[in-house]
Amino acid sequence: MAGKPKLHYTNGRGKMESIRWLLAAAGVEFEEEFIETKEDLEKLRNDGSLLFQQVPMVEIDGMKMVQTRAILSYIAAKHNLYGKDLKERAWIDMYVEGTTDLMGMIMYLPFQPAEAKEKNLALIIERATARYFPAYEKVLKDHGHDYLVGNKLSWADIHLLEAILMAEECKPDILSAFPLLQAFKGRISNIPTIKKFLQPGSQRKPPADEKFIAHVKKIFNM
Amino acid sequence: MSGKPKLHYFNGRGRMESIRWLLAAAGVEFDECFLETRDDLLKLQKSGALLFQQVPMVEIDGMKMVQTRAIGNYIAAKYNLYGKDLKERALIDMYVEAIIDLDELLMMYALQPADKKEQYLANIVDKATNRYFPVYEKVLKDQGQDFLVGNQLSRADVQLLEALLMAEEYKSDILAKFPLLQSFKARISNVPTIKKFLQPGSQRKPPLQEKDLPKVMKIFNLGH
Repeated sequence: MAGKPKLHYTNGRGKMESIRWLLAAAGVEFEEEFIETKEDLEKLRNDGSLLFQQVPMVEIDGMKMVQTRAILSYIAAKHNLYGKDLKERAWIDMYVEGTTDLMGMIMYLPFQPAEAKEKNLALIIERATARYFPAYEKVLKDHGHDYLVGNKLSWADIHLLEAILMAEECKPDILSAFPLLQAFKGRISNIPTIKKFLQPGSQRKPPADEKFIAHVKKIFNM
Repeated sequence: MSGKPKLHYFNGRGRMESIRWLLAAAGVEFDECFLETRDDLLKLQKSGALLFQQVPMVEIDGMKMVQTRAIGNYIAAKYNLYGKDLKERALIDMYVEAIIDLDELLMMYALQPADKKEQYLANIVDKATNRYFPVYEKVLKDQGQDFLVGNQLSRADVQLLEALLMAEEYKSDILAKFPLLQSFKARISNVPTIKKFLQPGSQRKPPLQEKDLPKVMKIFNLGH
């Protein structure tokens, strides 16, 4: 009998957050085991639980899966969020890679040297509003559908919503030039499983504060 | 009628090389359009051909595909190099993602300042020999089969071979402690399509020479 997936990570967003989003959107209940100290991480490594000595790690369907994208692809495919054929999958992959790049920039911002922070934040906003959001706005405009691919909810939509909300935390009016993305945000946020995940008390994690960053740096020797 | 895939990149390995490997291993002929100057890239960006203004871009089956992983996924699935089911796919993805991490490390060596290169190289060798290679050695040992997943050639094997050869360019005896990886290397190198790709005159690209680095930096506006 397969139990609930079990997520191994720190008690924060990082690379695990997209996995939490996808499971939640798919309506899959999951458990979490938080790495609180360096010793917790060492124990996981010494147990042989981490194929490449790294987290995220997700226990799912008898596997100890590692590598964020591998985990996300598996969950998406298993829960019918990966399109209906190879070509839809290709588009979903392209869109997800774009949002991954954008969210990666935002995620690493607190780990950049303090003096570069303002410059990096400006770059994030520039990339979001000049490179990524225009691409997704155009996709929605060109086909006029509610979802990015195949007229059906997919991993790409969930990932884009996550990216939009993260970008808004950097600059609240960052969607001002993108009416279709604003409507998209409203629409996808209202999907029952996602709506639930967006409410207080869910397993969604808040943005990292200074204290948490220091904590994480310690655990991962950064 | 869809013609051959057409690859848009500069005339070097970079992020396009693993795509060349996959296509070659699958026996798929492809054309290449090389970016020689920054203007070539700007022109491509202005034409709307690049979804996120970036290369690699591959014209394939009526799509202008971007994002290395998306392209690799599509080619692997289309040419049956992605396992037979979801679980095999999961294993292949895990192995390939780690190889991509190692490839990134190797790729970034050329961009390190001269005084940091030695330390960086030591880090590459450490990660390769302590984190990544032991895993693949163990997979081969535990299964006793010729290939990493599902007893048939997959993307994981192709990309691992590529990484092993690249790592050897940095340290020729880097596989000394990994006998099964050594025989894996020989075996996969002998797969006919791969053997052909490894011969001179193929579309495989050589390592980036120091003298070519300024040109690449210029095209991509790096180092600004």
